Amino acid sequence: MLEIIKKISKRIIGNFFRRKDNIKIGFYGPPNSGKTSLANRICKDWVGEEMGKVSNVPHETRNVQIKEQVKIKNKGKNLMFKIVDTPGIATKIDYEDFLKYGMKKSDAKKRAKEATQGIIESIKWLDDMDAVIVVLDSTQNPYSQVNITIIGNLIARKIPVLIAANKIDLKKADIKKIESAFPEYKVVGISARDGTNIEEFYGSLFKLSKEV
Amino acid sequence: MKRIRGLSLHVIPFSEVQKLSIGERVKKILNLVLGNKIVILHGRLRPEEEARLIEDTMALVDHIKSFKGIELAVIEPNIKGKNILIKMKHGLAKRLVGDNSCLSVIGPASVIKEIKRDPRKLELWLN
Repeated sequence: MLEIIKKISKRIIGNFFRRKDNIKIGFYGPPNSGKTSLANRICKDWVGEEMGKVSNVPHETRNVQIKEQVKIKNKGKNLMFKIVDTPGIATKIDYEDFLKYGMKKSDAKKRAKEATQGIIESIKWLDDMDAVIVVLDSTQNPYSQVNITIIGNLIARKIPVLIAANKIDLKKADIKKIESAFPEYKVVGISARDGTNIEEFYGSLFKLSKEV
Repeated sequence: MKRIRGLSLHVIPFSEVQKLSIGERVKKILNLVLGNKIVILHGRLRPEEEARLIEDTMALVDHIKSFKGIELAVIEPNIKGKNILIKMKHGLAKRLVGDNSCLSVIGPASVIKEIKRDPRKLELWLN
């Protein structure tokens, strides 16, 4: 009997520390919201190297990218994260949209095919996350169904959410619109490009990790 | 009155999809969308059904040459700021008969260019 109690307590304590010490954090959002830019900023700050390529052509990230063992320090505390950067989720893909960026037809078609598969991959990974940062472009209308679908799925799976309102360095940025669209969630305005407000973001990330 | 050529709306009452499985609901919607119809669903899909709809849409985009995907939007009743009784009534009705107080609009991206949504209205921009 004593042995069983010992085993159960060891498992509970083990799980508690494992979850708290290696949090799998996903970056979700629509295409071109700056998920990879933010993941790059974090990785550069704490690991010294970037995670993936960024571009102004939508669907640059077409595969899930993972960075293990990202140790982040905030107010004297350390936490270990596994960063999972996902392809942007969209409801439509048209290769002709890529032609506008000067891409060759064959390359545009290839990119469109990879993008559709990337979206499917992103959705499949939802079940595997401990917590999620939803990265939204604060210059865009937040009331898009894709944003609502992503957040709805995170709520249904009871996954803690933090909203990063990215691109606040741009004139058109409107964080208040994002806050009023998702009033139940903490929204942190940031610029992944120039690092504005990144310290507040790390503080919020630590608070989010307590909910895991 | 001017008729918009090629625009076809298909209304699905909530009772028609209520007892279908996730796969069957999504298949029913996508079959209509593939026929170039704009689907007006009385009610809304659950989050996991919306995710499945996007997954299946992407699989179709990958396999059907002329299919570019879908546009999707939901209009919900605005109960924010309403008194607790109205909120309870809404919650109870949702539990008893499902979430049929919303309207979902799902259409082919080749027909609908964009759906602009704010909390109170939907604007459909056609191609």
